[in-house]
Amino acid sequence: MLSRVADNLYWLSRYLERAEHMARVLDVNLQRMLEQDAESASRRWDRLLRSLRISTVRVASRDPYEVTRALAFDATSVESIVSCVAAARENARQVREQISSEMWEQINRLYLQMRSVQFDTIWQGEPHRFFREVIMGSHLFEGITDSTMTHGEGWLFVQVGRYIERAQATAVLLDVSLRDLGEGSDQSPRVDDYYEWISLLKSCTAFEAYCRQYTADLRPDRIAEFLLLNAEFPHSVHFAAIEVQKGLEAISAPISGRLVARVNRLAGRLRAQLGFGQIDEILAGDIHAYLTDIQRQCAQIEAAVRHAFVAYPIETALAS
Amino acid sequence: MTRALEQASPLGYVPPFDTYTLGEAYDEMFDGSGKPRESYRALFESLLQLPPEEMRHRQDAANLYFLHQGITFTVYGQEEGTERIFPFDLLPRILTHDEWAHVERGLAQRITALNLFLKDIYHAGRILADGVIPRELVLSSRHFRREMRGVSVPRDIYVSVAGIDLIRRPDGQFVVLEDNLRVPSGVSYMLVNRQVTMRVFPRLFRNYGVQPIESYCQSLVATLRSLAPPNVAEPVIVLLTPGVYNSAYFEHAYLARQMGVELVEGRDLLVHDNTVYMRTTSGLRRVDVIYRRIDDDFVDPLAFRADSILGVAGLFNAYRAGSVALGNAVGTGVADDKAVYAYVPVIIKYYLGEEPILPNVDTFLLADERHRSHVLGRLEEMVVKPVGESGGYGMLIGPHSTAREREEFRQRILARPRNYIAQPTVALSSAPCFLDGRVEPRHVDLRPYVLFGEDVKIVPGGLTRVALRRGSLVVNSSQGGGSKDTWVLQAGAQPQPIGSGN
Repeated sequence: MLSRVADNLYWLSRYLERAEHMARVLDVNLQRMLEQDAESASRRWDRLLRSLRISTVRVASRDPYEVTRALAFDATSVESIVSCVAAARENARQVREQISSEMWEQINRLYLQMRSVQFDTIWQGEPHRFFREVIMGSHLFEGITDSTMTHGEGWLFVQVGRYIERAQATAVLLDVSLRDLGEGSDQSPRVDDYYEWISLLKSCTAFEAYCRQYTADLRPDRIAEFLLLNAEFPHSVHFAAIEVQKGLEAISAPISGRLVARVNRLAGRLRAQLGFGQIDEILAGDIHAYLTDIQRQCAQIEAAVRHAFVAYPIETALAS
Repeated sequence: MTRALEQASPLGYVPPFDTYTLGEAYDEMFDGSGKPRESYRALFESLLQLPPEEMRHRQDAANLYFLHQGITFTVYGQEEGTERIFPFDLLPRILTHDEWAHVERGLAQRITALNLFLKDIYHAGRILADGVIPRELVLSSRHFRREMRGVSVPRDIYVSVAGIDLIRRPDGQFVVLEDNLRVPSGVSYMLVNRQVTMRVFPRLFRNYGVQPIESYCQSLVATLRSLAPPNVAEPVIVLLTPGVYNSAYFEHAYLARQMGVELVEGRDLLVHDNTVYMRTTSGLRRVDVIYRRIDDDFVDPLAFRADSILGVAGLFNAYRAGSVALGNAVGTGVADDKAVYAYVPVIIKYYLGEEPILPNVDTFLLADERHRSHVLGRLEEMVVKPVGESGGYGMLIGPHSTAREREEFRQRILARPRNYIAQPTVALSSAPCFLDGRVEPRHVDLRPYVLFGEDVKIVPGGLTRVALRRGSLVVNSSQGGGSKDTWVLQAGAQPQPIGSGN
């Protein structure tokens, strides 16, 4: 497969995953805000911006209208939801012949839908519906991809892109939440914070799944364990690391060489670290350093993938 | 001429032919007395049977097919380029076996002579030394590539893919309007039009006995393979596209998929040690033949336009070294320069010692003083074309022009006479088209696609382009033209209308 095509497929799904994640986080937070006083709402927006790794969106005030408009609709910022969907669609457009027509139709439809709506109309009406559309649009794309695209190299790059993004996004979200909501506590949370923990779980579609495993007894250590180490829940960091590692292993199976070996080593290490991690030990240590390290490893894997499959130096390619 | 067509009275048939008129132009369906020609009789009778709603329904089905397949082109000159569906007309244009056999012979003759011409001017230059064509005319062509002098190309084939535009004069004779020898486009529409027509008129198609065209992509890949360096057993062939923003991107993707070759952009390729590679996830892969859909100017920033980001640095050197083949060769544009076009009949005689089977349209070279004063005296009757352009851009169509436009062109011609040629306005033949529930005549041309590798291969027919606006003579897709399927009948075909036979 052409390197450029692999790269486009990777970013297509990465951008779409990012749009979906932002939509969910914004949706959950907007709903929570209705039940809050101004001061804690303001703190919430600060946390939100940090947990979404937003650096370029300019937010004039902490007014919900402003923040939502900027994060969801500011087409001049590359980090907004509309920009992420546009970037995903542009990547799809570049490889339109490599993906199924159904995939193209879906991403194109989502993009056109985003372009046709007016923020003020949504704000006056139901912002919730808008976010649902983004989330469902992304889910639909994922399902269409799985059922219409050959599960070969291209599909594997789609998988890797999605799960790298998810691992990083979940790690950051968890990190910021643990920082703000009192860390390492194995006690039941304060009542104030109770809703914050629910928001965190809902931001990862994890509330119901968590309750099924641990009952509705919300404890920070269990929440951290669930979002970080659970091997079966699709939005946990561990699950994402498994998918990334499986995908990269399959992609590199027919290829040999130093650069490819490095990719597998890095992906395998992250998967192993999460697979054999103990939540009590992690919480007893420096959880923030731990989560920062997870993000660093994700970035490292991405760079290694790029180096091995996309932008490799000509000399090494000619030598092998 | 077109006025005459518009003013003519209807033939007196019942719907959907009740507004069909004949003018001075050759009509593909009706002879001069208004009787359907033998080859069109079955189509004519079928159309009389089909209710207009049924026809509309089929037109909708065809349009939907194009839409769903994303068969669009980009129109330049508007903000960001707009994607449009190429308008498709339901009714096939029909050529008899004999008509086509004549055209086919003429095209093979022409492409053979043009290739000999290109080889000659980039090597010995006999035709120039013999004074058959003015040296100055060839060397001053914008598309003459000095860099190609003395460069040998595989099999001495410069033009391996050509699109030759033919029109039909009022006497029914096919003549060549222009040669497209650089990166001719439109062949995907020819192929898709056939698929659509077969869906829309399955019975009629079967009753007609039409020669198939599906082999085009196999022929193209065989032609490209024949250009590969001789020591390569299984050559790697790629199609080089300028990318998704190019107006013909759909076609590039379509052909690559149909041929089973990789669709690459300039940034996917690199040259190392005079060898061309493409970047794949499993490492660099050597490339042997490039079917490039990028103009000469842009193929290699080191050799040609330095600001090109579409091409591949070092490609031209690798090409000169013979490690990679290009279809078409660099420098073929000199042979489709519209001033050189005027000499093609002479070129055919010079190299082949034969009379041209397909004549040219009379052409005035505006660099020639006598020609120029003749043309400037009657601009309102002439079509003036810039010599180095294609796609119908920058033309003056005399009968449809304003005094101001004519004055503008007069100034341009006087400033740079070598840049323009003029031709008398030719009445393109008209063919029946289904428009707004009626069948009406519209002007058409024909672009057959000629492949030249081990031998000359021409799939029967080509792309029939239609000037959909009433009276218009411009068929280019960029100028409001559409297209229709082209049926070449098998030898001895006896077409039957639908409703007869089984």
